[in-house]
Amino acid sequence: MRSRTVQGTVAIAATASLALAACGGAGGPQSGGSSKLTDDKVVIGLLNDQSGVYKDLSGPNSKVAIEMAIADYKAKYGDKAVAKDIEVVTADHQNKADIANSKAQEMYDRQKADIILDVPNSAAALAVATQAKNKKKLYINIGAGTTALTGASCNKYTFHWAYNTAVLARGTAGTITKEGGTSWNIVYPDYAFGQDMNKSFSAEVTKNGGTVGQSIASPFPSDNFATFITKAGEGSPKVIGSMHAGGDLINFVKQFNQSSLKGKVQLAVGLMFITDIHSLGVDQFAGTQFTDAWYWNFDAQNKKWADQFKEKTNTRPSFAHAANYSAAMNYLEAVQEAGTDDADTIVGKLEGKKINDVFLRNGEIRKADHAVIHDVYLAKVKSSAPEEWDYEDIEKTIPAAEAYGAANPACSMS
Amino acid sequence: MSEFIQYTLQGLAAGGFYALSALGLAVIFGVLGVVNFSHGACYMLGAVLSAVLLAELNVGFWAALIIVPVLMFGFGVLMERLLVRWLLELDPLYNFLLTFGLTLVIVEAVKQRYGVSGLPYQVPAGLGGQVSVGSVNLSVYAIFACLFSVVVCVAVGLLLTKTRIGMIVRAATEAPDRTRALGINVGLWVTPVFGFGIALAGLAGVLAAPTRAITAEMGSNFIIILFAVVVIGGLGSILGAVVAGFLVGLVEAYGIAYAPTYAQIVIFVLMALVVLVRPSGLFGREEVA
Repeated sequence: MRSRTVQGTVAIAATASLALAACGGAGGPQSGGSSKLTDDKVVIGLLNDQSGVYKDLSGPNSKVAIEMAIADYKAKYGDKAVAKDIEVVTADHQNKADIANSKAQEMYDRQKADIILDVPNSAAALAVATQAKNKKKLYINIGAGTTALTGASCNKYTFHWAYNTAVLARGTAGTITKEGGTSWNIVYPDYAFGQDMNKSFSAEVTKNGGTVGQSIASPFPSDNFATFITKAGEGSPKVIGSMHAGGDLINFVKQFNQSSLKGKVQLAVGLMFITDIHSLGVDQFAGTQFTDAWYWNFDAQNKKWADQFKEKTNTRPSFAHAANYSAAMNYLEAVQEAGTDDADTIVGKLEGKKINDVFLRNGEIRKADHAVIHDVYLAKVKSSAPEEWDYEDIEKTIPAAEAYGAANPACSMS
Repeated sequence: MSEFIQYTLQGLAAGGFYALSALGLAVIFGVLGVVNFSHGACYMLGAVLSAVLLAELNVGFWAALIIVPVLMFGFGVLMERLLVRWLLELDPLYNFLLTFGLTLVIVEAVKQRYGVSGLPYQVPAGLGGQVSVGSVNLSVYAIFACLFSVVVCVAVGLLLTKTRIGMIVRAATEAPDRTRALGINVGLWVTPVFGFGIALAGLAGVLAAPTRAITAEMGSNFIIILFAVVVIGGLGSILGAVVAGFLVGLVEAYGIAYAPTYAQIVIFVLMALVVLVRPSGLFGREEVA
């Protein structure tokens, strides 16, 4: 009898673990004089992943970045500051669209957030865009990559600050193909982000005169890529493109480095963050090319800000941290200029604004689709790090217009 | 044809690793009747420990292969003495829930301490590079991991079936009262067996470190495949775990080669088929079913 129960337990265990896996799988980021402000204060909501795969990329340290912006704003305007009382509220969306959706509602309605920032993970990002539209409150996305934020799902109150999958494709696939890497095989994780990346990269390779032999979907998440890598090597391509992110990307690169393709075939990575390089070790990624939205050691201005960030966090900032700073700062500047935190007025101030700051170079908040276009960078991973976190050589600055292309025709603000 | 051989070899290499990884699960279940859901978390701890030993104490891969299982054995002993033992007499669901809870605690603790991006670890010197025969390639490390796993599996199998210790352990768990009557302290043997199972999970973690992403979540998905392996092989059967490990490795490799989108589904289709035809798994004892 006991053993029968045991058999049942194992069946439950296996089923439960499958169900857990199914639940866990998903993954891909803007107030014055007391009378003019709603609730007499400005509330900035930071909604991101504070415990999962994007925790190191943005997570709790993004709050530090936003607080740096608030301190700089107050220092700049002193007694003339329109927003004297500024509060930051945070929540963890756990990379789940439904949680992001209810947390966003809670932030806008109960915590009186005037703006929500960050929101990595494309599914979560799109859920919050819908809330922003319905509540008529501001939303600046930073961490998510989906082009739908400035395409089919665009709206008056949503802005997309840092990057998107089309920018990554133009930067990485476009440049490598033009430089002679004309035959590609692509391996991508089989969910919304991976499929989107595969499409963008394939289109960009083809547009620049290259060919994509095969696009192989891998299950998400996955930790055994050896056979996928063998398959991707078939037909002797010049470039293998990995569209994976986070832990999957690290698995892929480790196993690629152990395969016979290492050194014979160039590895291009679709989406990579400095935290990934830090995690795997710079030598494992050495020579890998990718598109970065911002790099802390690019110039003196970036370095100065990164030094301040390091004093507070003991780590170097990712592009998402810098973008959170930039978004919060520009929002507060808009409030200062408008003298109010009224969302519609702020949208008017932001639209079409040209910005040069620590994060945005040749930046412009494009009125047509609310993409915040700016120069991005083709980076190459160094073969050894002169100091911790100093991992990238910036090979090329890709001008804003080239990186972002024309406004997305799928977007209609109404 | 050479492609087929290539995929077969890759499947076998992965299979050997699956067999070793599932072995601890099979030992603990076979001997104690405990479904240890924290096996994946212990596997992760093994990998994290090797990375930490390397980064902070400069202890390399070869030493980690010995040190980490010893540490994990200690961890397993603590787990058994403090927690698992009190629920052994109750419905097995209680220990399943206990170890599930422990998994959450362990994973979150590692996230708190070491973050979520993962830790670096390199392939040990001497095991880099590939072996090539014609157009067929395998990485030296994959071959090593597979052979090492098979050796450990065979040794554990022999230990439990051919030695006096194995005999006592099996007797103590299958007929505790009669074993006690023969003057053997049964309670004394349960703890080290549990610790041994946890040590095997840690050993698999060390073996995974050079070739997989070392993150707090690395065991969360892996445990699913391991459950499939032990269900296919037959609960508690060590031979079953080894055969099923290779079977799952091969099925996965062929799946990736010829139907990549369905690569992971085929493992569970295989599991469903085996359970339909033989509810106790390929090598499970009938009385268990």
